[in-house]
Amino acid sequence: MLGKLTWQAIPFNEPIPLISGFGVYLLVIALVAWVLRKGYGPYLWREWITSVDHKRIGIMYCLLAGVMLLRGFIDVIMLRLQQAMAFNAPGYLPPSHFDQIFSAHGTIMIFFVAMPFVIGLMNYVVPLQLGVRDVAFPTLNSVSLWLNAAGALLVNLSLVVGEFSRTGWLPYPPLSELRYSPGVGVDYYCWAIQISGIGTVMTGVNFVTTILKLRAPGMNYSRMPMFCWTALASNLLIIAAFPILTATIAMLLLDRYLGFHFFTDVSGGNSMMFMNLIWAWGHPEVYILVLPAFGIYSEVVSTFSRKPLFGYRSMIIATMAICIISFMVWLHHFFTMGAGPTVNAVFGIASMIIAVPTGVKIFNWMFTMYGGRVRYSSAMLWVIGFMVSFLIGGLTGVLLAVPVADFQLHNSMFLVAHFHNTIIPGVVFAIFAGYTYWFPKAFGFVLDERLGKWAFWLWFVGFWVAWAPGYVVGLEGMTRRLQHYDDPQWHPWLLLAGVGVLIILAGIVVQIAQLVVSIRTRDKRRDRTGDAWDGRSLEWATASPPPLFNFAILPNVTDQEPYWDIKQEALQAMQLVTPEPEYLPIEMPRHSPTGFVTAFIATVTGFALIWHIWWLAILGLVGAYATFVVFAWRDHTEFVIPAETVARIDRANREARAEYLRELAR
Amino acid sequence: MQPSSAVSGRDAARVAGWLGALAVLACLSACGRAELEPAGPVSEAQRKILFDSLAMMLAIVIPVIIATLVIAFRFRASNHRAPYWPTFTHSGRIELIIWSIPALVIFFLGGVAWTSSFLLDPARPLESRVKPLEVQVVSLDWKWLFIYPNQGVASVNHLVVPVGVPLRLRLTSASVWNVFWVPQLGGMLYCMHGMAGTLYLQADLPGVYQGRSAMISGEGFADMHFNTEAVTADEFSRWVSATRAAGPALDDPAYRGLLRQSSRVAPYTYASVRPGLFEAIVTQELPPGDGPSPVPNQDVLDPSR
Repeated sequence: MLGKLTWQAIPFNEPIPLISGFGVYLLVIALVAWVLRKGYGPYLWREWITSVDHKRIGIMYCLLAGVMLLRGFIDVIMLRLQQAMAFNAPGYLPPSHFDQIFSAHGTIMIFFVAMPFVIGLMNYVVPLQLGVRDVAFPTLNSVSLWLNAAGALLVNLSLVVGEFSRTGWLPYPPLSELRYSPGVGVDYYCWAIQISGIGTVMTGVNFVTTILKLRAPGMNYSRMPMFCWTALASNLLIIAAFPILTATIAMLLLDRYLGFHFFTDVSGGNSMMFMNLIWAWGHPEVYILVLPAFGIYSEVVSTFSRKPLFGYRSMIIATMAICIISFMVWLHHFFTMGAGPTVNAVFGIASMIIAVPTGVKIFNWMFTMYGGRVRYSSAMLWVIGFMVSFLIGGLTGVLLAVPVADFQLHNSMFLVAHFHNTIIPGVVFAIFAGYTYWFPKAFGFVLDERLGKWAFWLWFVGFWVAWAPGYVVGLEGMTRRLQHYDDPQWHPWLLLAGVGVLIILAGIVVQIAQLVVSIRTRDKRRDRTGDAWDGRSLEWATASPPPLFNFAILPNVTDQEPYWDIKQEALQAMQLVTPEPEYLPIEMPRHSPTGFVTAFIATVTGFALIWHIWWLAILGLVGAYATFVVFAWRDHTEFVIPAETVARIDRANREARAEYLRELAR
Repeated sequence: MQPSSAVSGRDAARVAGWLGALAVLACLSACGRAELEPAGPVSEAQRKILFDSLAMMLAIVIPVIIATLVIAFRFRASNHRAPYWPTFTHSGRIELIIWSIPALVIFFLGGVAWTSSFLLDPARPLESRVKPLEVQVVSLDWKWLFIYPNQGVASVNHLVVPVGVPLRLRLTSASVWNVFWVPQLGGMLYCMHGMAGTLYLQADLPGVYQGRSAMISGEGFADMHFNTEAVTADEFSRWVSATRAAGPALDDPAYRGLLRQSSRVAPYTYASVRPGLFEAIVTQELPPGDGPSPVPNQDVLDPSR
């Protein structure tokens, strides 16, 4: 009846996951109970859970990523504590548990923190910057969000019911095959990734369509903000790369479930194929994350330098070059497989070539500041911290791209330090810069700057204290994923790394405090102008938070920085240039529970497949099909916002804006 | 377009950059040990490539870091003496330069990568008048088996090699992937089931060097390390004779015992080895280890049950 699921799946003999897992569940149940008792349930259901509004979806993505960041960071603390204790000692985590934690840490941080946060910011910002009312497929967007959440839920479920994968954030066979990993851990990993991966592919389709097909009148490709360009590149990569991931994991699942031999290394299977396929996705994935991050930095650096982005065309060329070359470098993840010098050298040089467009970007940001008026608000601090740190991360990356050097650095802590050095300053700092920068747009008030700056310095210093030792122990020959070790040279550095993690922890606490303080004092920090930072692109042309329809009248774009031009013209004319437009009724997509229902079914089906509960899996698939049919047969897809409502909302915005312009002119 | 004041600043930045590069190099050579303290020609050459590449890149990265900070500071909003050029958004000359600088660095570094890949290909025999010693390495769950086919002996978790003799290592795995790595002798190579990789190494200085696996291979992974003992030729032949004189034989049943998962196995030796054992493992004539829970019908074949 319940397949492999028995009481033995609950780790009664392992108190740490049991207590922490149940603690989390109690917290979630308490939260749900509180919401229901307060009567917020219907509101949440109507306005958020079933919402297909790209802004709401964007916020929910970021919220999901924030919560998962905490989960992933708890893993970090546990790992660092173990390695601090486990010098000539077993530490407090047995290998079986330690292996699950580093696997979960990587999986969560990439798939359920970095991805949803980046996608969330794209969701919120791209349609606004393009000057349109929503993405191309709003309901699909909601499905994507909830499928990502379903994957995250499955990963967290593995804390208490069963176990998580012990094979690292990428399940290399043959270790991940049934023979060597007979438990459900790898299955949890695979189904979580399959479910969220489908959501990500749909996001890619959605955003490529949106950016190619839905732009405000006059916004041609050479007028698109840099963030939209990088979002386009990133989503093109998603469409090209994520199917490879899905297919690869599907093959691993066939091996595990139906006795196939794709990667088993026996009966004709070959695990090297997995390595090639997974990195054919894995390397583009790096750029899927970092390209939008570069877009965020471009927006922030230009706004806070009061200058347009330097070398806009160079930036586009660099972005698209990275987009294409990123598919030609995957082999650098395994120079030590023994493919031979020609193959290694070709892939090594291809990997280095990516450093050229990336270097150009750094120079362009530098020259954007050059001759500017740099305001050191916290968003800008993240950018400068990124530029300085990322140069080192890039340097060590090029070093790893030299095959002969990689022979000594591969799979050592040096490598781990390198990718943290690119992902934390590269992606995580961008996420925080974007969060600070667009928060007033989303909520109508500015985050506390003083705490924001504290958070930056704690993260920046904490990052270097945590990961500079990684480079050192790597050069001292320490390999990654060691549950214990006996080399006295590594111990002080690992203790130092632990201190770094505590500093970052302080940064996270400050960030939570910043959010709480800012919400409590929101009335004092309201931004009524819709333009909190003296911005330049179209998202600042509408109110903060924007109305459901974003723009009452779609803006007519005549230049690369449309909103900056509107402001300049208005300042010269000392008034809003345009006379009040003729308001028309606006059609918006209806809210739909499809996404939530699909994700619920996906979670149940995934759980059933993990535990071999076949009847439930079949029921889930039938349910998924039924949901699709019901959605496809719907009659009313849109509702109309009457012209009077549009006029009322927009007049208030125009008034606030007129006052703001008067203030600016003063 | 560019003010002359920034030029002198950049020159200063360059000088500071070189100083910084020296400081980083000094620090690395002081604190690092493993691959920074080579004991053989391979790791020596690899270290040279590592440092050459690092120096080449620091020469550009450090000035850029300094320039970033200098520009960000000089053009701060509160500095009213700094010029404000809101229309300085593109310049063909600057863009040509900023594309060329990284391109040039990569051009040189690419040359280094290309030539060194061939010179230091792990499978390329070392130049030496001494005939290489063949050692067959099998990674098991979770221990290392070293077979000396020409000497007819084998050793577990302990690699003994003569100084000054090229080692021709043949690597495979009897279960999951592992990475063979003795940092002070040279770089890594994967051990994979059903495949054999070739790695040439050589120890020039007598001593004991840590070797380890560099890829997660399951619960016993953290204990998958071994000592590599480099001894003189005489000591090596004495070790071989002593090994031949005592200890168990590595035949098929003994090998099946080795296949069972175990960790923290104290080093020991085999006085004799079934001929062709390594080839039998690579060609899968001998099946791989069963992992944590043996497949039932294979239990029957296990003579120890």
